[in-house]
Amino acid sequence: METAIISGKGGTGKSSISAAFAMIAGEVVLADCDVDAANLYILFDPEKEEERVYVGGKKAVIDYDLCTNCGLCVDYCRFHAIHTIDGKVEISEVSCDGCKLCARVCPFDAISMVENNLSRMFSGNFRGGKMVYGRLAPGEENSGKLVNMVRAKAKELAKEGNFSHIIIDGPPGIGCAVISAISGVNQVVIVTEPSMSGLHDLKRAVEVTQKFNLNPWVLINKFDLNTEMTVVIENYCRKSGLKIAGKLPFDPIVVDAMVNLKSIPEWAPESEISSRLKKIWRKIVGGKNPC
Amino acid sequence: MTNGEPLKIAIASGKGGTGKTFVATTLFHTLIKRGLQVTLVDCDAEAPNVLEFFNSGKIWEEEVSHQVPVIDTEKCVFCGKCHEYCEYKAIFYLPTMKVIQVMEELCHGCGACSYACEFGAIAEKPVSLGVVSGFLINENSTLIESRINIGVMSPVPLIKAAISKIEPGIAIALFDSPPGTSCPFIQTAARADFIVLVTEPTPFGLSDLRQSVETLRQIDKPCGVIINKASLGNRDVYKYLDQENIPLLLEIPFSREIATAYSSGKMATEAVPALEEQFLQVFSTIKMNYGNSHHQW
Ligand code: SF4
Ligand code: SF4
Ligand code: SF4
Ligand code: SF4
Repeated sequence: METAIISGKGGTGKSSISAAFAMIAGEVVLADCDVDAANLYILFDPEKEEERVYVGGKKAVIDYDLCTNCGLCVDYCRFHAIHTIDGKVEISEVSCDGCKLCARVCPFDAISMVENNLSRMFSGNFRGGKMVYGRLAPGEENSGKLVNMVRAKAKELAKEGNFSHIIIDGPPGIGCAVISAISGVNQVVIVTEPSMSGLHDLKRAVEVTQKFNLNPWVLINKFDLNTEMTVVIENYCRKSGLKIAGKLPFDPIVVDAMVNLKSIPEWAPESEISSRLKKIWRKIVGGKNPC
Repeated sequence: MTNGEPLKIAIASGKGGTGKTFVATTLFHTLIKRGLQVTLVDCDAEAPNVLEFFNSGKIWEEEVSHQVPVIDTEKCVFCGKCHEYCEYKAIFYLPTMKVIQVMEELCHGCGACSYACEFGAIAEKPVSLGVVSGFLINENSTLIESRINIGVMSPVPLIKAAISKIEPGIAIALFDSPPGTSCPFIQTAARADFIVLVTEPTPFGLSDLRQSVETLRQIDKPCGVIINKASLGNRDVYKYLDQENIPLLLEIPFSREIATAYSSGKMATEAVPALEEQFLQVFSTIKMNYGNSHHQW
């Protein structure tokens, strides 16, 4: 069973919650699919078994021994990545989309494409089972593809080790990386916060999950920071037929746990927030037990 | 601020939720109150939400689109060259069955296929990527929002379009940057003179901050840090700033009042008026030290 934890936007506490679920669930494969800012490895310090290079895309590079400054490539690049600066044609690495058109139009074969190969995928053991995570090098694109690679590896590990659960800490937002993180999973938990923007982001995340015919669970984090908005969100969920997984209060224990490099139930097993997390997890996997 | 260019400050954080939008809106609000000419650009095209904090009317809207190929199967000879030229595998091609089709959601609009086709079988049509809209806050200040359509892969064209809409003559432009450290963030940061990184003093916060700083160094952009929720967490972020010589612009302690005001769409300065003076100070520091940095587009 694959459970993905997402949030319309980052910072809702998604990673701390994913980490808590992973420890509550027992032996799991934990897939950190927030490849842009993977950080569960900080808590779990997994023992590395495998490291794979991920090629995210290509960038155009000019060989100035061949370039005649004819300017043809400048005209063709639709991403405005090539400019003439001080009389010399230059490609902005930041703007290049890797389409290769400039290399094809250059009459002097002065442009070649180089691979972005600084991104990595890691996998190994951690104290709750197996863990896989991707790290996208700054500026590299195609995070969706890296997410797919992480998920494929997680599935492979689950099969080999007979793990019944894969927990996916998803990327923030509603872009292609999220789509890659939730397509084909069994269930999705959307973590939200009681604020105007929280509701807004929740709605967008719900739209995305519904494209995949998933009926998501909604978990309201830090609900006591704005109880009025919490009611608004709960009403929205009821009206839209969304399942409410539960609510978590704002609790400095969450930060304490992180600072001490532990998941919440490891750091404060007897705390209220831990027991709420356990209940929520049971509800999600059991699909019943109203809490 | 050479040749009437605005001072451009991007507000970013490796990850969402550290208070980036809170900082951007508070700074914006503070500068407006001083009567300055400011434009705030919401560059988080995937989840723009700056608008929720301001009561304002839309004054213009512009659709952003790119050119996607349309293949005329009458003229197509199924040579496959367009398929070969497409780096994004957006052209589905089955020569034996005489099937060729453009998968629009994968197309980046690069034009390589049109260039490839020697049989005049490819025309192009615009496909919408999203909208950029302008809102009037008061006679001096505007808000520009970028909003991507669901399912569109890259927000970058929207970000570029939004930033290009800044009116000439405006004194200050603030960019609410997209989260992460990939292309959308870099595209935003590359267009700013200075980047304010908002972080939290936690291991996750530090890890995201490190990654942001490393990315900004690659594109050679100066940055400073605002530590939000400063009372929670530990001192590792401070040590890092010291080591790396990164200016600490401001510390904002965690406060329930701020969190609650912010979550109701109110300005944090309503809850904690002292913030205004502090934000003004941050702005002066940036202006003094980076106001004349050579701008780069
Ligand atoms: S590869 Fe494409 S995007 Fe990059 S510089 Fe060449 S034409 Fe422009
Ligand atoms: S088309 Fe080739 S030769 Fe002409 S400016 Fe570009 S790189 Fe140089
Ligand atoms: S425009 Fe570029 S991305 Fe789109 S189909 Fe043609 S070659 Fe592929
Ligand atoms: S390049 Fe032109 S003729 Fe050849 S397959 Fe593509 S559309 Fe058809």
